[in-house]
Amino acid sequence: MADSNRDIEALANREYKYGFVTEIDSETLPRGLNEEIVRAISERKTEPEWLLEWRLKALRHWLGMTEPSWPNVRHPPIDYQDIIYYSAPKQKARLENLDQVDPELLATFEKLGISLEEQKRLSGVAVDAVFDSVSVATTFKDKLAELGIVFCSFSEAVQSHPELVQRYLGSVVPYTDNYFASLNSAVFSDGSFCYIPAGVRCPMELSTYFRINAANTGQFERTLIVAEPNSYVSYLEGCTAPMRDTNQLHAAVVELVALERAQIKYSTVQNWYPGDKDGKGGIYNFVTKRGACRGRGSKISWTQVETGSAITWKYPSCILQGDDSVGEFHSVAVTNHHQQADTGTKMVHIGKNTRSTIISKGISAGRGQNTYRGLVKVQKGAEGARNFSQCDSLLLGDRCGAHTFPYIEVKNPTAKVEHEATTSRIGEDQIFYCNQRGISTEDAVTLIVNGFCKEVLSELPMEFAVEARNLLGISLEGSVG
Amino acid sequence: MLEIKGLKARVEDKEILRGIDLAIRAGEVHALMGPNGSGKSTLANVLAGREDFEVTAGTVTYDGADLLACSPEERARKGIFLAFQYPVEIPGVNNTYFLKAALNALREARGEPELDSVDFLQLVRERVKLVGLDETLLQRPVNAGFSGGEKKRNEIFQMAVLEPRFAILDETDSGLDIDALRSVADGVNRLRSPARAMLVVTHYERLLEYIVPDFVHVLHQGRIVRSGGKELARELEERGYAWLDGASRNGRSAAPAEKSAARKSKG
Repeated sequence: MADSNRDIEALANREYKYGFVTEIDSETLPRGLNEEIVRAISERKTEPEWLLEWRLKALRHWLGMTEPSWPNVRHPPIDYQDIIYYSAPKQKARLENLDQVDPELLATFEKLGISLEEQKRLSGVAVDAVFDSVSVATTFKDKLAELGIVFCSFSEAVQSHPELVQRYLGSVVPYTDNYFASLNSAVFSDGSFCYIPAGVRCPMELSTYFRINAANTGQFERTLIVAEPNSYVSYLEGCTAPMRDTNQLHAAVVELVALERAQIKYSTVQNWYPGDKDGKGGIYNFVTKRGACRGRGSKISWTQVETGSAITWKYPSCILQGDDSVGEFHSVAVTNHHQQADTGTKMVHIGKNTRSTIISKGISAGRGQNTYRGLVKVQKGAEGARNFSQCDSLLLGDRCGAHTFPYIEVKNPTAKVEHEATTSRIGEDQIFYCNQRGISTEDAVTLIVNGFCKEVLSELPMEFAVEARNLLGISLEGSVG
Repeated sequence: MLEIKGLKARVEDKEILRGIDLAIRAGEVHALMGPNGSGKSTLANVLAGREDFEVTAGTVTYDGADLLACSPEERARKGIFLAFQYPVEIPGVNNTYFLKAALNALREARGEPELDSVDFLQLVRERVKLVGLDETLLQRPVNAGFSGGEKKRNEIFQMAVLEPRFAILDETDSGLDIDALRSVADGVNRLRSPARAMLVVTHYERLLEYIVPDFVHVLHQGRIVRSGGKELARELEERGYAWLDGASRNGRSAAPAEKSAARKSKG
């Protein structure tokens, strides 16, 4: 029966393309987590005292917390003392420019399709690349600096713009926020920082590329974006990791601050190693992402395409504080084989006439489990708040699952909240129908899946949309039947 | 063009086709009639390559080559088209976009360049008139939310765009009111050509008043028990299918003498 089933199997079992390991000298701290490790990380980064204190407070808080058990995911207990919290490619001296970056490292980025050199010259996308724990290169910095835009690694920002970091770090996601955010606050090793001055429209997409390379290492990066009044920035984030038999932890925090009439567009294509087809290995992606629309008429939109990771647990959210502010969440989450995803968003309406839109597309294949979990909260003062939510699930095969948990809390009678949900399945009859019209099984699945996701994909910047479409192809053409 | 010899097929453990012999030449329209469960749709689907059916014996040659060895999409690319009895809904996929993907897949297989959007839309506009399909349906997802009649028209519209060499119409008349039936039939008739053959599968004679076949075959319990000209359809309409039970007990071929004997014995 199964010629097309065999094709589908073959497609589904296509190898993870980014699963290579780079042989590179790294400086690595010993396994485990305690004050000494936190101090060692802070010291290596020659951080100011206040930041060390902040980390230590986070650590102490975290030690008194327990891992959340409410997500709809299952995994063996994580031994937090068995993780390496800091690993950095060894560098001989401080880098002045790209030519001094380890050629092995550059080759890795080239393999990943992000040649920094090329990016620099051709595409006009400024890239900050984080390899294991530290940022290795930020392109285009000078050009952006002319406009007053700061785009650099987090560590660098701590040195060059400590006042901005101190003012905004933890202001959206406090170190007490949740288990993984607290852990991140204690041990974060690098990440990206971005500051757009008032009235500036960032002329290019800013992009960060995250890569976990070292074994048994957790990645804990921290991203902070501040958009001053009337500014605009579009920010892209991509991630990959080598194939390994053991699970690796990725617990990032992203904080966005949009002031009056500022706009931040944050796009993610997440392709961490998902584990093999039997569910062995893969990244645990436990991430806290939140944006604060602080000023009147500000706007934050999250777009995410989540195809990787063994487990994804994240809820990019918007705190709509300013009157007339707008929050958007567009998501495609794919789970194949044994992947699990519990993802969604929180839209908290505080200001008057605040608006939010949630479009979530969950795709489950193989034995994948896909959960949408979302909160729409309208507070008492949010006169005239509006929300529209749409959650669609697509199933491939009969061993996967889709779950939807929408939470709605409305405390203002003038609010309008709408929720729509659908569940559908790619059936053999659909595939046969396409085949009978001359369309191959591979193209048929891509056609159906892209059709299902098109509202979300159309939100992505062009160059990312192409990558996302290809990724969907690779991750998904499986397990129909 | 198409030659079926001794074809047997089953689904799971149930044998449905029990030895079909049929030859169809270019330009001919063959009607396949028979009661429910006689195997009409099975034959249509086996020819299109549906995997739910297992071919256990016999051969099908199409243009001199073994058709059964081809995948469904290879058959489509060789010019075989099945108008589905139950057209499938594909939510989210634009009807026009779907058809363009299909046409370009066929063109690619024939070594022709892809049709660009302008040329494609021109072709679509021209063909949509042929079957009287509501143009707004072009921008809707494939068959999603279409009425029964709209789905069947959409099948014939696809056929008009894809221009197959051998078309199988599987109960295209079912669920159509008389006006829809007439306009679908008109569309089909306009697609008749000396280069194109059709196999029209139907339960009722009514469709064949509009699509007049060159040959009519009666399928019963997995065998063609009788073949004739268009007048055979009328005869079936008048007499029903009940007499066939006797026919299949007494004989296995379509020889008219045997059939008339069967008719007498049945009464």
